[in-house]
Amino acid sequence: MNAKTTYREALREAHRDALLADPRVFLMGEDVGKYGGSYAVSKGFFEEFGADRIRDTPLSELAFVGAGIGAALGGMRPIVEVMTVNFSLLALDQIVNNAATLRHMSGGQFSIPLVIRMTTGAGRQLAAQHSHSFEGWYAHVPGLKVLAPATLDDARGMLAPALADPDPVLIFEHALLYNMEGELTGYWKHADIRKASVRRAGTQVSLITYGGSLWKTLDAAQELAAQGIDAEVIDLRVLRPLDTETILSSVSKTHRAVVIDEGWKTGSLAAEICTCIAEEGFYDLDAPLARVCTEEVPIPYPKHLEDAALPQTPKIVATVKRMLGQS
Amino acid sequence: MSGVIPLKPVNLPRELALKLLTDMVRIRRFEEACARLYGDGRIRGFLHLYIGEEAVAVGAIRALTPQDAIVATYREHGHALTRGVSANAIMAEMFGKQTGCSHGRGGSMHLFDAATRFYGGNAIVGGGLPLATGLALADKLQQKHAVTACFFGEGAMAEGAFHESLNLAALWQLPVVFFCENNLYAMGTALARSESQTDLCAKAAAYQLPALRVDGMDVVAVHEAARTAVQTVRDTGKPYFVEFQTYRFRAHSMFDAELYRDKAEVEEWKKHGPIHNLTGRLKVMAWLTEEDFQTIDAEALREVDAAIAFAEASPWEPVETLTRDVYAAP
Repeated sequence: MNAKTTYREALREAHRDALLADPRVFLMGEDVGKYGGSYAVSKGFFEEFGADRIRDTPLSELAFVGAGIGAALGGMRPIVEVMTVNFSLLALDQIVNNAATLRHMSGGQFSIPLVIRMTTGAGRQLAAQHSHSFEGWYAHVPGLKVLAPATLDDARGMLAPALADPDPVLIFEHALLYNMEGELTGYWKHADIRKASVRRAGTQVSLITYGGSLWKTLDAAQELAAQGIDAEVIDLRVLRPLDTETILSSVSKTHRAVVIDEGWKTGSLAAEICTCIAEEGFYDLDAPLARVCTEEVPIPYPKHLEDAALPQTPKIVATVKRMLGQS
Repeated sequence: MSGVIPLKPVNLPRELALKLLTDMVRIRRFEEACARLYGDGRIRGFLHLYIGEEAVAVGAIRALTPQDAIVATYREHGHALTRGVSANAIMAEMFGKQTGCSHGRGGSMHLFDAATRFYGGNAIVGGGLPLATGLALADKLQQKHAVTACFFGEGAMAEGAFHESLNLAALWQLPVVFFCENNLYAMGTALARSESQTDLCAKAAAYQLPALRVDGMDVVAVHEAARTAVQTVRDTGKPYFVEFQTYRFRAHSMFDAELYRDKAEVEEWKKHGPIHNLTGRLKVMAWLTEEDFQTIDAEALREVDAAIAFAEASPWEPVETLTRDVYAAP
């Protein structure tokens, strides 16, 4: 059971289970079929499940995401893969104006049981049209649920509850995670899409993060531990609705919080989390809140500049030490 | 246009012809009441009237069966009424009451009804086309042999959603019939001022769809074309495009001063009004007397009055339930 696997393979297995379990489930998107998926998540599916259930789409994000919404309305359980979050902006109208609103506008008559998956994040020198993190934008919208699996277990386990959900669920997969190797713990069989998870228990500061930044944050916590600072790391897992209970409970214990978010700082998800702590946990705090976010610049191509733009382990360590008066 | 009513015989069973006339009169009377209620401040928001275009919804929707699906626009009161959504539920929706067909949450632009597969009520121009394509995909995958009818204006044909959806529907051979209501103006912008190609059927043909152009003021012609299109879609499983040439007698919305078109043009089109047209033809054929017409009209007025009374008597939703129906109840 504890054989080595990858994030990609975990996703692939999750999809395969879903396709085998429910004939209403089908996958569509650009190059999901014959090509095998732009990130190879659906490799071999076209041959195994056929062209009806593994549908290659034209480069028509607006139409195929909208068609996914329509198919969900019509009784199917579509999984729509959008190659990256950057391209999802071409389908933003359908996601925000239709998927998120139809239940409400119809007075509860219609459900959109749809899963939309997409890659997010930077780190591969793909420059300013393939590297951004817009999951925080989607987390702004009532009617959507937004997930960010960061671990192998979540990659393996979050799809099934997302498909079982009667409302549209967006899943963001950080591009740097696909090749991550490790072992499944068995936890994935019980993965929910409601709660944040404490990935490392600690007492002096809460480091709150999600997605690709989780691993940089865990590295930072390890470095801090070596320097005598005991950090707790919270993986949000679910970006909407936010599990504020877990966040506030951690802060009430550590009395300090740093939010690490690959979105830009201005108007970010990190800003939302900080405000939530300021509103609900202000008297628990012993220090001002802090954020480590992406610098206010479109992601540049050269590696040293891209690295400098993104949240990195040394920045997280330095921020925590400054907060504790140790810089 | 000569202004002379073309007294072509009505090539339909009398009962059906009278049904089409009744539907058009119901819509006309319903919307005239809406305009008055808007003036009185009892209906708010945006109100887009279909007056003048009734033949399109009536003729087309009467070609569908109950298992078929409908996606419409924000100018959809007539479509909902014809589909069988009750006047009471539609009027209550206009009032924002919880007895409305969308429980008051949508208003004029967002009429929905699951029971009749009426999927709105879409107020983003072109936004309904991908949705209709997906509904047709779901029906096809579930082997339901249903047809999805997607209504949109010619203005939507400038949107990417039109081109992407027709391509997808044709590529995947989906049972959707695209009904274009060409009323010549995208709000205030005439077709020739917004489109390099004004031959709308040519646009659809570019995606390999069969395309028909029909006089949208003639409900009989509309119905015949729609029947042909719907039957073809049902038989072949492939999409079809129909352009209905029609005209909106009223302003785009209640805020429109109509600076972009000539009053004489409006008056000329009114001579070809769909109710006027059909009534004249039925009278010549002795299928309808003036007394019959008055009976139909009186019944339509009675239905509207009852709907207004129902809407007025309906309760407001309590503020306590404001955030319901954002997600499914846990």
